[in-house]
Amino acid sequence: MMKNVFSLPARVLHWSMAAMIVAMLFIGVGMVASVSGRHATLVAIHKPLGIAVLALAFVRVVVRLSSRPPALPEDLPRWQKVAALGSHLVLYVLMIAMPLIGWAMLAAGGYPVTLGGGVQLPAIVPADPVWFAWLRHAHRWLAYAFFATFLVHFAAALYHALVRRDGVMRAMVGR
Amino acid sequence: MNQFSSPDGPGRGWWRWAVIGGAVASVAAAFGYVGGWLAPQRLTAQRIVDALQRNGGLHPGYRRNHAKGVCVSGYFEGNGEASNYSTAPFFRKVRTPVVGRFALPGGNPYAPDNSVPIRSLALKLTAPDGEQWRTGMNSMPVFPVATPQAFYEQTVAGRPDPKTGKPDPMKVAAFFAAHPETAAFRAWAKGAKPSSSFVTQSYYALNAFYLVDAAGTRRAVRWRVVPEQTAGAGEVAKAGEPNVLQEDLTRRFAEGPQRWHLLITFAAPGDPVEDATRVWPEPRTTIDAGALVIEREEAQESGACRDVNYDPTVLPEGIRVSGDPLLAARSAAYADSYLRRTSEEAGVPGAVHTATEKQ
Repeated sequence: MMKNVFSLPARVLHWSMAAMIVAMLFIGVGMVASVSGRHATLVAIHKPLGIAVLALAFVRVVVRLSSRPPALPEDLPRWQKVAALGSHLVLYVLMIAMPLIGWAMLAAGGYPVTLGGGVQLPAIVPADPVWFAWLRHAHRWLAYAFFATFLVHFAAALYHALVRRDGVMRAMVGR
Repeated sequence: MNQFSSPDGPGRGWWRWAVIGGAVASVAAAFGYVGGWLAPQRLTAQRIVDALQRNGGLHPGYRRNHAKGVCVSGYFEGNGEASNYSTAPFFRKVRTPVVGRFALPGGNPYAPDNSVPIRSLALKLTAPDGEQWRTGMNSMPVFPVATPQAFYEQTVAGRPDPKTGKPDPMKVAAFFAAHPETAAFRAWAKGAKPSSSFVTQSYYALNAFYLVDAAGTRRAVRWRVVPEQTAGAGEVAKAGEPNVLQEDLTRRFAEGPQRWHLLITFAAPGDPVEDATRVWPEPRTTIDAGALVIEREEAQESGACRDVNYDPTVLPEGIRVSGDPLLAARSAAYADSYLRRTSEEAGVPGAVHTATEKQ
């Protein structure tokens, strides 16, 4: 039988992490623009959720490398195949880089990296204001890039599902 | 065999494209709204810090508020009293190193010491396991306003008139008239004189917090540090002595360490926990949690306090924020100020330039 859907672990990881990452992007952009009580709540969610994304991203890379995903449709234009591969690579890199940058940024700012419930992570870089500034800006601009890449991914998924109707969406939905 | 490539065949109809465009545009718009770009009226940390920066002038590398200050260091020695109410490690009978900072409110790092009657003390305590407690305290027992919006309005009303270099008294009076919650602060300010010493002042955390004990019971508290040293209390900084506080501090440390007691006051039922403009009436249970001992000073341009953001929501287990709306706003605004000054330090392109445009 021809494999035309992603493996169950791949699908579960995709959809759960999709929800987490989109939530992270909205929480992040919202918390830095808010001075209300939401600020504290959102920060308290953002840090442990980011670490959860990091942990799941490593699992996901293992799943991705150990199970072959369904091939893209043969008649898909070459530029779209390249764009698909490239955007997926960007998404994988960002889902690992963003939590690490956030973690390093807090360490560089001299902040304790607390996840709530008394859990505290070690500092992965020494406290340094110059490092903090660069990492903090990187965290913001890569978040915008992450959101832009997500939008392209989202648009492309809808294009496959509604216009091409070529089974690409079905491969990730699983039925 | 590859029926996978076109199981249903291409869909026709402009509506399919409209659905795609509409869905993507909606998500992007939601992001823009949450991020504040599509909600320009919302008060953000950036707007608060912009207002502070307009009042104090742009001084790259310095804090946007409480810009004039001095780094100090010492230790806090708990006496175990507060350990009955909080699991925080600092309250046990241990010595915890402290990195602190005395400062004046306002955004001008060169302001003369007699320009404001308020002094501030910020502390960062670090436990051996890396847990931290940061607190920023002021030398008045109540805060003028209860909300971030009112703080913003007060800052805007206090903007110096370009002609006189001082706030327009009419605007300040109009602000106070529109904000009756400032009454307790104004009553305090009437009798307040700019002290010529940091070390004879009491410093109040202003916002309420919760202490949480081992059983998980939380109790609303306010804390303050009260000085042991009394010599020279009541002496006033005069015009013509712009840096008297710094000179006094150097003299005091030459004599020896300076000491305060950390007093923690417990709210009674019904006391306002979420309103920093209202004092809790006497009598209230107050405990002495230990001694704060400050031993040394360093210039703020090179001292250990320089790179510390004294965000009062950085708390250990055993202390939690209350619902006071100022706390979240302080955290957000301090973070923005910290990013601005570290970006200036790092030479991030556009850091100072962007800020200048907002002048």
